[in-house]
Amino acid sequence: MKGARLLDPLAGLGASTLGLLAAIGRVAFYLASTLSHVLRPPFYPREFLAQLMVIGYFSLPVVGLTALFTGGALALQIYVGGARFNAESVVPQIVAIGMVRELGPVLTGLMVAGRVASSIAAEIGTMKVTEQIDALVTLSTNPMKYLTVPRVLAATIALPVLAAVGDAIGIFGGYLVGITRLDLNAATYLKNTADFLETADVISGLVKAAVFGFIVALMGCYHGMNSGRGAQGVGRATTNAVVSSSVLIMGANYLLTQLFFAT
Amino acid sequence: MIELIDVHKSFGKKHVLKGVNLRVEKGESMVIIGGSGTGKSVLLKCILGLVRPEKGRILLDGQDAIRPSDRDAFLARFGMLFQGGALFDSLPVWQNVAFRLLRGALKRPREEARRIAIDKLARVGLGADTADLYPAELSGGMQKRVGLARAIAAEPEIIFFDEPTTGLDPILAGVINRLIRGIVEEMGATAVTITHDMTSVRAIADRVAMLHDGVIQWVGPVSQLDNSGNPYVDQFVHGREEGPIEALR
Ligand SMILES: Nc1ncnc2c1ncn2[C@@H]1O[C@H](COP(=O)(O)OP(=O)(O)OP(=O)(O)O)[C@@H](O)[C@H]1O
Ligand SMILES: [Mg+2]
Repeated sequence: MKGARLLDPLAGLGASTLGLLAAIGRVAFYLASTLSHVLRPPFYPREFLAQLMVIGYFSLPVVGLTALFTGGALALQIYVGGARFNAESVVPQIVAIGMVRELGPVLTGLMVAGRVASSIAAEIGTMKVTEQIDALVTLSTNPMKYLTVPRVLAATIALPVLAAVGDAIGIFGGYLVGITRLDLNAATYLKNTADFLETADVISGLVKAAVFGFIVALMGCYHGMNSGRGAQGVGRATTNAVVSSSVLIMGANYLLTQLFFAT
Repeated sequence: MIELIDVHKSFGKKHVLKGVNLRVEKGESMVIIGGSGTGKSVLLKCILGLVRPEKGRILLDGQDAIRPSDRDAFLARFGMLFQGGALFDSLPVWQNVAFRLLRGALKRPREEARRIAIDKLARVGLGADTADLYPAELSGGMQKRVGLARAIAAEPEIIFFDEPTTGLDPILAGVINRLIRGIVEEMGATAVTITHDMTSVRAIADRVAMLHDGVIQWVGPVSQLDNSGNPYVDQFVHGREEGPIEALR
């Protein structure tokens, strides 16, 4: 009896490890299945365009505001840090590289995770719970092709565009703060930014954003499709979609940064 | 012809179907009755492959229905009214009804699909003004009828109706009963209907099957419903509290 109780935490650890491995397996399977459906007809261009609007266009305000404030704050912080060794003039360069390589894509990914992964999971979860997914199947429509593929494609394409817009707005935010609050020269600021940034910086940021978009939509769809029964099930699916996509974004961000480090 | 042979299905520890045997002939109207929660809806979902039975065989015209060689072609023969309607909330009513006609093998021009949808809506007693509403804007009975219109829109040869008249007033229920009967008689469709409404049973059925405790307890022509000699059917048809079926389930 006593031994059994001592082993309890161990058993719990074992069970959660197995649970995690099983979840990874299911997600990997879902991923493979999504990829296998992307290229095979039928295609649903109407759904794709609608999702492009929902995921891309309607995320613009959120992404734009986040980037604007972050760029401004970044300029102030770098100024403070730079002043400690008389390097205030690096503000434009560091703001640019910080936004384009890191904060632009990551913040866009996280904001879209909050906005889009949740709504995808809630929508598909509700469809699952109210038998709409079953109805799709009986109407000879594959839910993977009709629901998952358009969302995943749209997010993968929309996120780099959003991140590019975010990059520009973030740099603009830094510029505004730089010339109004930090007395930096406007022309020099722009010139330094433009001279400093390399194509590889921009590309690596946009590739990150595409991967984040893929993660957000995949997690939203996966948790929606595997939603439990009832309103509670949908609620849990929504939370799981946001949490898992945020964590995966941060993990993927590190791996991708490592990958692009040399370039 | 649909044939179920010794079909078993459990959810966790709950053994819902415990060896169902049933034959539905081509062109007949079969009605399945049985207590709430006995697995009638699950039975229909097994035939459509939405739920996979653990054991047993399901044949459609002698071909395996659980793993059909061409699932699209297989499903194209069916129409299904879900118990809860299962309308797509993101689409207006007419696109729900014409779903099959707007994409895939049966695709037609949008105006034609819309015309067919409005025609089907009229057959279930809904005016053309409902066509552009969204499902969330409809009453429960209207949603059910839109689901019905969607099930029959592509004129499938086999149609499943899961409780087509629950939530409808008696006049509309009569309209729906006659519609289902008409589809079977005029279009030669095969229909399997689940209902708790004995008036519907008598209006729709050629034959009646009673599901209880995971097996089909009785199958017979509707004319024998009142003198089936089966205690389950007797209790159910007369709505008695005493009998082999426990009221508390
Ligand atoms: N996806 C599922 N997961 C777990 N249990 C399920 C699932 N679907 C059905 N069940 C269970 O199977 C049993 C039969 O359900 P079913 O919906 O077939 O009943 P029914 O005969 O159609 O009842 P009603 O007349 O009330 O619609 C129920 O106990 C239900 O809880
Ligand atoms: Mg049911």
